Amino acid sequence: MSSLQRASENRRLLLRLAVAAVAMFGFGFLLVPFYNTICEVTGINRLMKADAQAANSQVDASRTLTVEFDANTHALPWRFSPQQSSVSTHPGELVRVDYVLENTTDKTVVGQAIPSYGPRVAAQYVKKLECFCFQQQTLAPHERRVMPVVFVVDAALPAEVNTVTLSYTFFEVEGAAPVAAAGRAG
Amino acid sequence: MSAIPHGLEHGHDHHHPSGLMRWIQTTNHKDIGTMYLIFSFIMFLSGGVMALTIRAELFQPGLQVVQPEFFNQLTTMHGLVMVFGAIMPAFVGFANWQIPLMIGASDMAFARMNNWSFWLLPPAAILLVGSFFVPGGASAAGWTLYAPLSIQMGMGMDMAIFAIHIMGISSIMGAINIVVTVLNMRAPGMTLMKMPLFCWTWLITAYLLIAVMPVLAGAVTMILTDRHFGTSFFNAAGGGDPVLYQHVFWFFGHPEVYIMILPAFGIVSQVIPTFARKPLFGYASMVYATASIAILSFMVWAHHMFTTGMPATGQLFFMYATMLIAVPTGVKVFNWVATMWRGSMTFEAPMLFSVGFLFVFTMGGFTGLICAIAPIDIQIQDTYYVVAHFHYVLVAGSLFALFSGAYYWLPKWTGHMYDERLGKLHFWCSIIFFNITFFPMHFLGLAGMPRRIPDYNPMFADFNAIATIGAFGFGLSQLIFLFTVIKCVRGGEKAAAKPWDGAEGLEWTVPSPAPYHTFEEPPQVK
Ligand code: HEM
Ligand SMILES: [Cu+2]
Repeated sequence: MSSLQRASENRRLLLRLAVAAVAMFGFGFLLVPFYNTICEVTGINRLMKADAQAANSQVDASRTLTVEFDANTHALPWRFSPQQSSVSTHPGELVRVDYVLENTTDKTVVGQAIPSYGPRVAAQYVKKLECFCFQQQTLAPHERRVMPVVFVVDAALPAEVNTVTLSYTFFEVEGAAPVAAAGRAG
Repeated sequence: MSAIPHGLEHGHDHHHPSGLMRWIQTTNHKDIGTMYLIFSFIMFLSGGVMALTIRAELFQPGLQVVQPEFFNQLTTMHGLVMVFGAIMPAFVGFANWQIPLMIGASDMAFARMNNWSFWLLPPAAILLVGSFFVPGGASAAGWTLYAPLSIQMGMGMDMAIFAIHIMGISSIMGAINIVVTVLNMRAPGMTLMKMPLFCWTWLITAYLLIAVMPVLAGAVTMILTDRHFGTSFFNAAGGGDPVLYQHVFWFFGHPEVYIMILPAFGIVSQVIPTFARKPLFGYASMVYATASIAILSFMVWAHHMFTTGMPATGQLFFMYATMLIAVPTGVKVFNWVATMWRGSMTFEAPMLFSVGFLFVFTMGGFTGLICAIAPIDIQIQDTYYVVAHFHYVLVAGSLFALFSGAYYWLPKWTGHMYDERLGKLHFWCSIIFFNITFFPMHFLGLAGMPRRIPDYNPMFADFNAIATIGAFGFGLSQLIFLFTVIKCVRGGEKAAAKPWDGAEGLEWTVPSPAPYHTFEEPPQVK
């Protein structure tokens, strides 16, 4: 093979491999929607969407559950607390709790609440129909708001769980340009 | 041929620039290989100093030597420097020196690009090491740069990100060069299945690099935009998810650990047949095992994430997939042992390091299997057990194979035999101190000592003291290697073209030291 022929063959392979490398760079970013879709489909991580109400919405009055409410802020100058610290309920029953939110600063601040659950298995059984955590919250200086969470605990919750803790942490959304958060169910 | 024009003008004496300019401008694969090897050894020593500072702090419970913030910077930088600065460039250095010699090519396919791939590394190293001196210090998020920590750090983090970008580009260019060289530049008659195994393992490694280095580049780019441009890939406050980072990182990270071990398999597969004076047992199965390890490595990443709250089905999948990798790895270990079986073995330094590799790497493989069992890993994740595991596979695996290869090919590179007594001393000191350092870490991990902490419960004190003593012994032993190599470069018994009587391959058909230009006329392989 002549050296010119070989050089052009080498360049062709170089080009193909370079395209593969660029494609893999893109693939890295593609993992983001892919991961979000997996989480959505499997219901692992649907943070910012209302849940569908359980198909079987019978109230199981034979079982009494304690649901505890917890509220935290993370490096955010807000006062944030539930109006009651716990509630006694039956699986399948609609529960409404109000949280108080107050911006203690002289600035407009945007925040986002992220829920978490204890024990961890409870996450898939607490169905939130309405929640302030579905959107970013923008509070004017010293604004105070009372905001509800409405949820049902699915009757399929494992029998050994008697107490469920619903805990929210409010984070400041930096840059405050309301990011496409609502669109990203991740 | 060489890709540069002077391949046409044969026979004249090449007047390359001398002094520093020679090294900056060189496109010769041997010069570039040498520079890679020197660079990686310097990084190895820098990473080693960081490791010894870490061990000094852990000699006793309490804080004596460094503050916790700086300690975290040290563990982070030790990992980054060793992985991206020492182990990976060292293997690229071997590839540069050996692949053209082994396949009968005159140089790498793209000699100029080869020069660029190397010269990207020093700036990256300066960025990394320099980040210790900026306000806030170096990145302290761990070598895995997990979000949210990596989103919060100071500018040292940005420097680490840029360094990773640069080193990533360098690796990708190097990998492309290797693929093209191996596929297109082989001497007539050198079919793929006649290639020395080192070339095979590097070919597969190069494909892995092209596939996953860009994913790492993407992951750190997302960190960068989260930090400075208001995106929220990993930022929970903006709807992002830190666990997503772990998925993207380990999609790169697990193949990366094979990038660091497959070329080591290649070196060992050259050395063991030479000193057992038998051909490699099961050549074809070695090739297939390497390829299947590479393919499987894309399907096991979440074994680093068993404690993130993955669903049980996910845990089971990743657990079994991980255990599956032990099968091709076992095939390899079997083949090496079978190669030695009834061989007429001698134990010069390269063989000592390869046999040492075989013993100790295999132990690391077993602890890997234990980590792969999800219910056990939930106990030992983020403990010293994992630290023990990956140092058994990386130090006793990758690093020992590098030493083995260095002693094996030093006569070819320098034209002199190294001092065998010093080589053996280096081996015995290394393997003994290695085990003194890392074996106790298994017990520490099982007893629950977390990794990446500067201070610890006094009940862990004894094993930590032993590990620290071992670490200093290990660190000092590496000076023997430095001394032996310098001594060998400067003189010593003249090496024959084929200094090892059991060796086979084209590289032993050229004189020692290998002339500046080799195989300008491709050899004929039967
Ligand atoms: C039989 C083969 C192997 C198996 C089954 C295996 C399995 C594992 C598992 C399950 C972990 C996660 C442990 C945890 O974080 O709790 C791990 C960590 C690790 N392995 Fe392996 N491994 C194997 C071989 C290797 C090899 C060959 C290398 C590199 C040369 C390697 C390098 C690492 C590293 C660096 C980590 C720790 C990463 C970190 O968290 O910083 N492993 N391994
Ligand atoms: Cu892994």
